[in-house]
Amino acid sequence: MIREECGLCCSKVENLSVRRGKLDIIKDINIHFHCGDLTAIIGPNGAGKTTLLRAMLGEIEHTGTLRFVDPSGHKNIKPVIGYVPQHLNFDRSTPMSVADLFAASISKRPVWLGYNRKTIKEISKSLDRVNMGYAINRKIGDLSGGELQRVMLALALNPMPNILLLDEPISGIDQAGSQMFYSTISKLREDYDMAIVLVSHDLQLLPKYADKVVLLKTTIQCQGSAEYVFSHKKTKELMGTL
Amino acid sequence: MQIWYSIIDTILPFEWLTLNFMKNALLAILFVAPTFGLLSTMVVNNKLAFFSEAIGHSTLTGIAIGVLLGIGDPVWAMVIFSVLLAIIISIVNKNSTSSTDTIIGVFSSTSIAIGTVILSRGGGFAKYSTFLIGDLLSITPLEIGILILVFFGVLIFWLVFFNDLLIVSMNKSLANSRKISVFTMETIFTVLIAIIVTISIQWVGLLIINSFLILPAATSRNLARNVKEYHIISVIVACLSGIIGLIASYYLGSATGATIVVAMSIFYIATLIIKTIRNL
Repeated sequence: MIREECGLCCSKVENLSVRRGKLDIIKDINIHFHCGDLTAIIGPNGAGKTTLLRAMLGEIEHTGTLRFVDPSGHKNIKPVIGYVPQHLNFDRSTPMSVADLFAASISKRPVWLGYNRKTIKEISKSLDRVNMGYAINRKIGDLSGGELQRVMLALALNPMPNILLLDEPISGIDQAGSQMFYSTISKLREDYDMAIVLVSHDLQLLPKYADKVVLLKTTIQCQGSAEYVFSHKKTKELMGTL
Repeated sequence: MQIWYSIIDTILPFEWLTLNFMKNALLAILFVAPTFGLLSTMVVNNKLAFFSEAIGHSTLTGIAIGVLLGIGDPVWAMVIFSVLLAIIISIVNKNSTSSTDTIIGVFSSTSIAIGTVILSRGGGFAKYSTFLIGDLLSITPLEIGILILVFFGVLIFWLVFFNDLLIVSMNKSLANSRKISVFTMETIFTVLIAIIVTISIQWVGLLIINSFLILPAATSRNLARNVKEYHIISVIVACLSGIIGLIASYYLGSATGATIVVAMSIFYIATLIIKTIRNL
């Protein structure tokens, strides 16, 4: 069952709406993301899942708020958000190593002048977290889809976020890669105090890992435990037979 | 300038460098080439090839407006016009759902048409043809001074903002989640390209200016594995091509800008062959 109140910290999305012209893309979204929970957002194509994430990132105009309440009860703090994009749409021939991508994100020193030992050490530490330490000097375009997703995950964890947003992180990744990605995420949830929000099409592995599932189609259709949502008639209506 | 001339006479006593205008051109190349080498890396990363071409075309309208207003030196009219165009394209691009290609294409064709209409009134287009081909050998010491200023401007921008620019070029949402303003970064960068393209166009020429922004990085991508190598190779290719092109144009009596581009293309083909062999 869902916990109504979180004792420690949580992030709240309140009355979030996005309109484009006269069309409501998403409307009146209210969700609580508890620390240590993995919340999965599911829904058919065009349901507004990615729009919800982008609104939470502050990337598109929206009404409503995203608030973070820390363990000591301070409200209205802007949470640190870690984000793993759906798929990096980049030119595979781009000359950029994994270390370059990290150094550009976490250090002020321009990457084209190289980087210092301290940065290298920090990058190694970040990559070890997702078992990608071996790839530090690899060209990004040479990584497999699964490897790239884990690198992006490591990047999203530096600095350590309050909320981790994952947009279809395993679409187009093989079964083994998906398993590995999920188990890495599960471990994170145990080791660090953060809320994980995952947008997904994948309904096979989800029930095993998600603490809470939200069915979205413009508005929230139903939310609760994976069992509850997956057996809900709205889910069958919108997502087909499971 | 006298100091530069005597340095050249002492350390590089070659025939092609005996004339002062060749010495001027060499000095200009030594600053222009690395500037384009640096900018080129991000133009190619951000797939801005088409955009920089549009900016080049827009200078024609800038010249025309300069002529209409009776400004003696149209460079300033050109710079203002192309910077405005760059900002407009950024804004339209941000707020529109059409593809960037289409938007840029519309602006590009419109500005080249307006420029041609105004300049060709009464059939006097021929005198503006230097803008199409460019004439590096006519560069004056004052103009070299401006190029040196631009070089340092780009260098400072590259030192301060490069990391943010790199993240934006990878993924905009990722940049957003890391509190980087995508719109600001893109606008500053496009304005910078607009300025450098416009200032250089009278020496390089509207028809080939884009090669300067594409070929160094395109060549470098064939060999580089990381950002540092990418920059080093790009700048070296730009400088070497510049010098080789200048020398070749002296002996061939050809237009310098175009000769430099031919040198760049040879580097590109050579590195492409190396890359292909490597991947076998």
